[in-house]
Amino acid sequence: MLTNPTGKVTQGQFSFLPDLTDAEISMQIQYGLNKGYAWSVEYTDDVHPRNTYWDMFGMPMFDLKDPAGVLLEVNTCRKTFPNHYIRLMAFDSTRGIESVAMSFIVHRPPQETGYRLERQEVQGRSLRYTTHGYPMDKPENSRYGK
Amino acid sequence: MNAPAYNLPGITPQPAMGASPAPEASVNDTGARTVAEVMAQTQVQQVMDALDHDLVGLKPVKTRIRDIAALLVIDRLRMNLGLAAQAPSLHMSFTGNPGTGKTTVAMRMAQILHELGYVRSGHLVAVTRDDLVGQYIGHTAPKTKEVLKKAMGGVLFIDEAYYLYRPENERDYGQEAIEILLQVMENQRDDLVVILAGYKDRMDTFFQSNPGMNSRIAHHIEFPDYAEDELAQIAHHMLEIQNYKLDDEAQQAFKRYLQLRKQQPHFANARSVRNALERARLRQASRLFANPHQALTAEDLSTLRAQDILASRVFQSQKASS
Repeated sequence: MLTNPTGKVTQGQFSFLPDLTDAEISMQIQYGLNKGYAWSVEYTDDVHPRNTYWDMFGMPMFDLKDPAGVLLEVNTCRKTFPNHYIRLMAFDSTRGIESVAMSFIVHRPPQETGYRLERQEVQGRSLRYTTHGYPMDKPENSRYGK
Repeated sequence: MNAPAYNLPGITPQPAMGASPAPEASVNDTGARTVAEVMAQTQVQQVMDALDHDLVGLKPVKTRIRDIAALLVIDRLRMNLGLAAQAPSLHMSFTGNPGTGKTTVAMRMAQILHELGYVRSGHLVAVTRDDLVGQYIGHTAPKTKEVLKKAMGGVLFIDEAYYLYRPENERDYGQEAIEILLQVMENQRDDLVVILAGYKDRMDTFFQSNPGMNSRIAHHIEFPDYAEDELAQIAHHMLEIQNYKLDDEAQQAFKRYLQLRKQQPHFANARSVRNALERARLRQASRLFANPHQALTAEDLSTLRAQDILASRVFQSQKASS
């Protein structure tokens, strides 16, 4: 695969690296906590690059001191949605910033099928391009296997 | 599929992380072989000294903390020699009469355990029933879990823990909170230390009706009542912090006050001492207030006299009865 050398969805931080271990995820969480970010867990089975809003898994976690609490939530989410993509997001609530400061994928379905490029011929020789995920024709919650 | 299909120049394939635990063990080896060497490397001695200095009495509590500290030192030595050292279960229950220092010790416990290296961040989250138990079905679990997540890496202190269980109402949501608590206490022993506190008799009933809770708590510590001289010492400590002192007569008067107060109902040990001193401060203030033209020295302003204490209601009732 030349277009996607890692063979996996690359979104957010660290996505070109091998998957982070729990210990490495903890260190990232700790970094965010030290900065005063609030972590939240989100999941989806539609990882189209334009799909910005994934589903929230529980509330964002404010006032935490230790990564164990966030990791607990990640593991609960992994158990509930083993065939979904799960990402961690760090929200910076500083006035004037108030946006997501970190975001990375912490869990992937066992089989990632990726996206294909679709070409549509319009108006003579013009082409329109779009990306289409292979599993997207299946209904929600069954796209990467039950 | 997840393995990269490319090679970065100059990089040899690394084995997966955590695949070789053997070299990690030697990283932890600090080379110490005696207790004294470990003590020198850690803050155990300072923690124990500070505890002896700051807290009056409380023998059983200090003994238990000493034991826990000793275990830490021995565990370090075991680790240095490559023997398995499992993190001990540190959940505690503090029982005792009002004002015996349960909350004060819990506040310090977080700091102590952090300095001993048992908890990672050493903060204390103090909660009561209201913070754990919800008001409607499905409210309790998220509420309890949120509190638990906040407390991770530190100490969760549940004051008046017996309120969690209300036997008179079988649909009470407290039971749900207890179950979640038990699960986390068991599964995340490394992340969180839970301390339950409450009055002795009510906690005994609580543990009887929740045997699971009883068996998951390794340390049941009972806080004894203070002796009179210990109470006097506590008063001295409290005043010292506030920059006050008792003169000689006042000290005698305060000792008598304690003797009398102890026999009265609702005596709450250190808390009663604190209240008595607060009232003495008020009386001192109005005594000084009565002479508006007197120049007051620092000595005047910081000394509590016998008359400030003897004006107490405790002495009045004694006079009335005799």
